[in-house]
Formats: sequence, C-alpha cells, structure tokens
Amino acid sequence: MSAEPLIERNLIFVTGKGGVGKTTVAAGLAQMLADEGRTVLGCEIDAKGDLAAAFEVPASRFVPQKVSDGLSLMAMDTEASLREYLKLHLKIPIVGRIGPVAKAFDFLATAAPGVKEILTIGKVCWEVRERHYDTVVVDAPATGHIVSQLSAPQVINDLVKVGLIRSQTDWMSEILRDPAQAGLVIVTTPEEMPVSETLELVGAVTEQTEVDIATVVVNRLLPERFTPRDEAVFDAISTEQGRAILNDEIGGGATPLLEAARLATVLRRSRTQHLDTLRAGLPDSLPLVLVPELFFRTDGLRATRQVAVHLAEELL
Amino acid sequence: MAPVTSPVENLLASREIIVTCGPGGVGKTTTAAALGVLAASRMGGRVLVLTVDPARRLADALGLKGIGNEVTDVPASVFADAGVPLVGSLSAAMLDTKKSWDDLIARHAPDDETCDRILANPLYQSLSGRFIQSHDYIAMERLYELHATREWDLIVVDTPPTRNALDFLDAPARMADFFSSRLLRWLIAPARSGIVNFASKPFTQIADRILGTEFLGDIAEFFISMQSMYGGFVERANAVARLMADDRTSFLVVSSSEAVPLREAEFFAEQLSARDLDLGAVILNKVLPAMLTDPAAAEAASRLEERSTAIAERLSSTLTLDQTSVARVLATVEESFTDFSVVAHREAAARDRLPTQGAPLLEVPRMEGDVADLSGLFAIGKALLDPSL
Repeated sequence: MSAEPLIERNLIFVTGKGGVGKTTVAAGLAQMLADEGRTVLGCEIDAKGDLAAAFEVPASRFVPQKVSDGLSLMAMDTEASLREYLKLHLKIPIVGRIGPVAKAFDFLATAAPGVKEILTIGKVCWEVRERHYDTVVVDAPATGHIVSQLSAPQVINDLVKVGLIRSQTDWMSEILRDPAQAGLVIVTTPEEMPVSETLELVGAVTEQTEVDIATVVVNRLLPERFTPRDEAVFDAISTEQGRAILNDEIGGGATPLLEAARLATVLRRSRTQHLDTLRAGLPDSLPLVLVPELFFRTDGLRATRQVAVHLAEELL
Repeated sequence: MAPVTSPVENLLASREIIVTCGPGGVGKTTTAAALGVLAASRMGGRVLVLTVDPARRLADALGLKGIGNEVTDVPASVFADAGVPLVGSLSAAMLDTKKSWDDLIARHAPDDETCDRILANPLYQSLSGRFIQSHDYIAMERLYELHATREWDLIVVDTPPTRNALDFLDAPARMADFFSSRLLRWLIAPARSGIVNFASKPFTQIADRILGTEFLGDIAEFFISMQSMYGGFVERANAVARLMADDRTSFLVVSSSEAVPLREAEFFAEQLSARDLDLGAVILNKVLPAMLTDPAAAEAASRLEERSTAIAERLSSTLTLDQTSVARVLATVEESFTDFSVVAHREAAARDRLPTQGAPLLEVPRMEGDVADLSGLFAIGKALLDPSL
C-alpha cells in the first residue's frame, strides 16, 4: 500500500465481487482519466461486452478501437494474444499454420496452470511497456479469480524453469510490483458479503501477489436522509395522528410515502454499519473512495459519466 | 392460500437435484439454503445443501460452527429455536476443491504409487489448489458423488462463480475431451518414446521454445500418471453430464433486477434451454415493494410537494413540532419516495423484458437487513413458495 496517486499509474486493475458495479467503476475511471487529457485503453478480460456497454458502443475486439477522445477499448482474447506474441517474438516458419498451434495452446492453457493468465497479463503489461497509452484500465476478473491472474508471473516462475515464457515473466513482474506503475482498485458496496470478501481479498492480494492495492472504491453509498433529530420528527409524523393529517391533506396515499422513507433509512443504517466494518478492517494507509448510489440509472454512458464525476471529486 | 401447485413446491417434491445458477452477487447461496430449509420444513426426507461459497454467515444461519467438505447435520434444535417446523432433515456441506481433487485421484488411481506421484506433481498441486477453473468440474463431480450415495432425497447446490457463465456445465464434457485428446498424446509421446512424429512436430517445437523442456517434462509426467486413470475419469465425467440432463435434475436461474445481472440471467436461461436442460424457474431477489410503483402513491407524492408549506404548518401545530424541521422531513420523505420509485420502475421494466424460456418468474422481496438466521432463510423460502405473500 502506498501513497502513489492512482491517476499517475499506467496500469490499473479493477476488481470486485459480482454485482457491486466493478465494470461501471472501471468505465468511470477510464472516462475520468480521458477527461483529464490522458490517453486511456480500457481492457475487458471477461469479454462479456459489459465494458463496451458502459460506453454504449458495440462489443470490443482484441484490436483496440477508439470510442471517444483519448479513450480506446479492447477485449482480451488469449488466442489472439498468443498469436500476437508469436508474431512479435518468435520468427517461427510455420506462421501460416498458426491456427492448429493456437488451438494446441488453448488446450495446453487448460492443462497448464498460469498459461492463460500469463497471456492475459502479458498483453496488458506489454501495452504499458510500449507506452501506447498513458493508462491501461483493466476490467479485471471478479474477486475469486484476481489473485491467480495477478500472481501468474510468479506461478510461471515456480513451474517453468527455462524457455521463452520464463524469460518474459521478469519484465512483467517489474511493472506489476512497481506501485508507481501498477495498482489494484477493489470495488465493493457497503453490504455484508461484499465487505467481508473485500477484506479477505486485501489479505490474499498482499500475501500472494506483488501488486500494490491502490484504493478501495465503495460504490452505492446511500445519502444521509435524516439527522437523529429529524428522525424523531419523522417518527412523530408516522404516528396514526400524523398519518391521518397527511392523508387528509394529500387525499390518501401517505403510507407508501412514509414506508419509502423508512426503507431508505433502514438501508442507509445497515450500509453505514458495513462501511464501518470495512474501515475498521482495512489498513489506515489504504484510501477509501466513496461513490453514491445512482438512483436514475445504473448502466450505460450516463451512469459512466456520473461515476467519472464522483471519482474525479474524490481522486483529483 | 397458496396455490395448490406452486412451482417451487413442485420442484422440491419431484426433483432429486436442484442447481441454482446465475451471475455473482445476487444471492445464489442464500437462495439454495432457503430452498433447503423450505424443503426440510415442508416435506419428509433428507435434504442436503451443498455450497461452493465459503460463507461463514451461511454456516451461522444454519446454526453450524462451520461447514467443511464433510456433510454436517443441522440440529433439529436450530429449527425449534427459530420457530421453523421440521418435517424432514437438513444437512449442509461445503466444497473444498483441493480435498475433493485429492479424493478423486485417490479413488481413480490404480495403485498407491501412482496416486502419490500425482499428488506430489507441482503441476497437479497448482491445478487443484490455485486455479479456480478446476472448481467447475470438481463441484459437479462432488455433487455426483453425493447423489450416488442415495443418502439424500434432495440435494440443493449452488454453483461456483465462473468466469464464463456456464463453465460448470461444460466442465464434465471438457474433462472427457481433454483425456481423449490427440493433443494430449502429442504432448506425452515424446516424453515416452523420444520420438516426435510428423503431425505433432510443429506443436512440440513451439511448446519447447516457449515453455522449455523441463516444464514440458513435468506436464508429460503428470499426464502419463493421469492416463492410467483415463478410463475412470472419462466414464465419470460422462456420468456427471448425464446426471445434469436427467429428469430428476432442475436448474434455477437466480438474478437481481439490475440491468447487468439480468442480461447474464437471460443468457443463462437461453443456454440451459439450448442444452435441453430443465429450467425450473427464474428467481429474482431483492425486489423492491410494489407500492413504490403504485401510481396513486406517486400522485400523493406530488401533492405533498405542492402543498408542503400548508401541510408542515398543520402538522407542526397539531403535533407541537418545529415547523422548519417538519418541512425538511417532508421534503426528504418526498425525495426518498421519488428516488426509490425511479429504481423500482426501472427494475420492474427490466423484469418485464426478461425472457424466461417459458419458466415461471418468482420474485423475492428485498429483506430488511441481512439474512442472519434460519428464520430469515425460511422467510425467503416462503416468499419463493408463494410470491403473493
């Protein structure tokens, strides 16, 4: 954990438990950096098209496509990554027959742990090394997969003693373990399971990988509705007498209104507790970035821009 | 009264295996546990919940100290204490991937020496312990094994978070393909005989340059050992695939009402249907109360906003409250309603657009706070049983 500013880094991995808004935050971060005048490559690992959807553009391909000023998107494809790697680094005379060889490697990647991961991480590290973009923002795998992704170079080092892949892991490790260059952003929500998974992940990343955790983004924070004093007033209005007056004045329908406010308060209270648990469980040096709940819409370009604005407020 | 043929009741009564699948973070594990509790509380027989998610909270909710790879019985007293009826019995088990792989190897290995050699191979250790892809196969394998004991009348299992939504379904077939693959023979042949045949030469050359001879040697040694178990593995993988397609097995797709999970849920439902697997129901968790989309409530909210000064005056004088505070609270009430109403409308519209391949769509209301005990799980189970409650 370090105080290196997130926005200065060249390689940012964004992870989080499913359902917490990982892709939305990755998209918002990429947008914010592009708004700041940096050239940004957004890279989607799962290739489900969610990152592209956050910018409302067609599904990305392996070859980066420019989507707006300063921002390009790509989707990871390990076979294409291998193809590119072979083309760049190996002058092998059977390039014309790369198809079956790539297929063979896809097979080998299933069998040999770390091969698929190294092709993925190798590609993003390569983009960083070649300085094609100021920043590469990776919409990385969810919490369950991120550690094996980030530790791939070490795993390969343990398993593979010689060979080209081995010779490649050193420069990748150099980028990954430099907090001035690479950082991990963990996205969570102030809810029970995401918070406990985040705390576990912080431990696992620290122990098993060399990557610096740059920040934890807490998404979907609910606004404070009532001060304790206002809450007493709300309770008084919610009594039978208060409700009768309200119904009389607005011609009925007071109950759903009061219920919605109560729901908002209950949710806010439970989320505040989980946020406290998160704060208490994280090292003091690790900054928290708070992003409020977006009520109008949670996907698409409009949400991406909103998140970018909130991130800018906290990070710039 | 609950309808006589509630879709969930039908499933619990007629199936031996129920698999909950869907995107991450939508409450798959909780749904699986709730169904287990519901089954144990309504029908006789032995019910097992198999979870791949090491959620301590779930163990707590079931009154267990922890759930391990071994099956643990939920004591009847936990049901009694929570005021939940118990007709059958409920047990729980968690998937310990590494342990399950080791057990699998021990079972299929022809002799102790082969078994030890595999367990000690660095490639095996990395594959079984570190790499989450291996969870997909082992989860289905463990399910098969538990089902085969015939000890359970109903097994409810939740699926591992997968990189690709349906990896766990393809895992058995992939495992079988893997062992019967020509590529595997290419990989192993040179290590065995030192002879590289013509067809495999380009592959071996590149593999050697990229991975190095020693690693290839490790891989070959691993697979040569594994090959002795080839027949058993393939047979088993095929049997697992057959069990998934069996009439006694049903799949439930679980999602929340948000855009991204719903998109994934739709994909799950399509894929299940394309594979001729039984989609029992689509379950939507955390659904906001219907009153938020009630047009009458929206009208009340706008009248509250229009007449706020007059209303605040009357409320504060009648209830002897500070008028400014009352006005502020009323404004907040109106604002809260509008915010949540927007979300509820958006989610309702997304639900209406969800194609369910003809399967029933069941909604579970958003519970206040976290589901922390057995009665909480039972409440979710009841909501699934009769969504009108």
